[in-house]
Amino acid sequence: MSEHELRVSKIRDGTVIDHVEGGQALNVLAILGIDGSEGFGVSVGMNVPSDRLGRKDIVKVEERELSQSEVDVLSLIAPEATINIVRDFEVVEKNRVTRPDSVTGVLSCPNRNCITNANEPVDTRFDVVADGVRCDYCSTILRADIADHIDV
Amino acid sequence: MRQDHLITATQLSRDDIEAVLDRAREVADDPAAYAGRHAGRVLALCFFEPSTRTRMSFDSAAKRLGIDTIGMGDVDSSSVSKGESLSDTVRVIEGYADALVLRHPSEGAATLAAEHVSVPVVNAGDGAGQHPSQTLLDLHTIRENHGLDDLTIGIMGDLKYGRTVHSLAAALTEFDANQHFISPESLRLPRSVRFDLHETGAQVREHTDLEDVLDELDVLYVTRIQKERFPDENEYHRVAGEYQIDAETLEAASDDLTVMHPLPRVDEIAPDVDETDHATYFEQAHNGIPVRMALLDTLLENAEAAEGVEVDR
Repeated sequence: MSEHELRVSKIRDGTVIDHVEGGQALNVLAILGIDGSEGFGVSVGMNVPSDRLGRKDIVKVEERELSQSEVDVLSLIAPEATINIVRDFEVVEKNRVTRPDSVTGVLSCPNRNCITNANEPVDTRFDVVADGVRCDYCSTILRADIADHIDV
Repeated sequence: MRQDHLITATQLSRDDIEAVLDRAREVADDPAAYAGRHAGRVLALCFFEPSTRTRMSFDSAAKRLGIDTIGMGDVDSSSVSKGESLSDTVRVIEGYADALVLRHPSEGAATLAAEHVSVPVVNAGDGAGQHPSQTLLDLHTIRENHGLDDLTIGIMGDLKYGRTVHSLAAALTEFDANQHFISPESLRLPRSVRFDLHETGAQVREHTDLEDVLDELDVLYVTRIQKERFPDENEYHRVAGEYQIDAETLEAASDDLTVMHPLPRVDEIAPDVDETDHATYFEQAHNGIPVRMALLDTLLENAEAAEGVEVDR
């Protein structure tokens, strides 16, 4: 994408999450637990033209470098995402997301009868399986509809 | 079995299962050798849902080992009705008992409980999840009547919500068993159970009609189809009627067919089957005693070993 098309300005320091599937940017922020109250700058570009994805979303988080384990959970909804760590306007690190073994506290279990939906003081925990995630408590498998069950 | 808890049947290896069943056989052969073995121990029977046979069976098994049992009484009159979480309840009860048996209406309740306590937890049924101690007594019954390998078994009825089915299907993957699942379309095995069966490469087939497979079976495991699973009563009667068996149905079966049921039955097995050589469900229920004695003995022994307690026997 050329400079004049760039709708969101460059950041000095922080993390740029690029190549997010169109429409998933707010879910990315929800998964990362970022809601703006933390005080750092957050920019979101949605449905930006992309050669690779057709339309993509971009999320830029200033003054915060996200760790690999923090971003790996994004692989569930944005498997194509790239993570750029920026320092002084330069990309110093560029990584792809990799699928984690498990995801804790991010998703809610779709099974209404699961103990994690019964007002217990417990974080949900899902194992990542071949084509989805699986509740560690009730074994329910969640596939294409993962984004609908992000705990916000 | 080197387990601290018994939460799901999927956690059990063939060796784990055979170790408990071998011990159950010893208990059945010589109950006196086990009498009073765990005197002074206390077992908490935490039943958040009504139960007759599972609760009485654990109670009786415990007492035969010399274990005292304590219960929660009626859930409506306990702290649960005051809104206490399960996590808090089991942490309190842990201080009163050396092991917990838990029946709860929510799936995953026993997993959660086991995370909060250090005494052994036995899942005695969690919603539509698992019922692994029932599975051990089912396996014991199959083993004593037929053997667990080279087995062709039909599991029929409510496969979607039937926790005894989910546990049994998982445990049978440890053996050389062909599993046939017979149910109405709306009550097929849930995705999670089919996923596990597929992962283990188990030999599994699904049917809507018992006739398709009856003559091949060594064991027919029947479960109850519950009225509340259907939107209206007519639909229930129409569907449930297709999954009832009587002595005439079984004329097409092998003479050696073993018919099992976790009980209670309503009308899915007609009383005239009781008079045939196929009927094994009362023997199966009675097997709850030696199997649960063997299970409690094993778990308490494991807990004692973990504590470094010298056990003199």
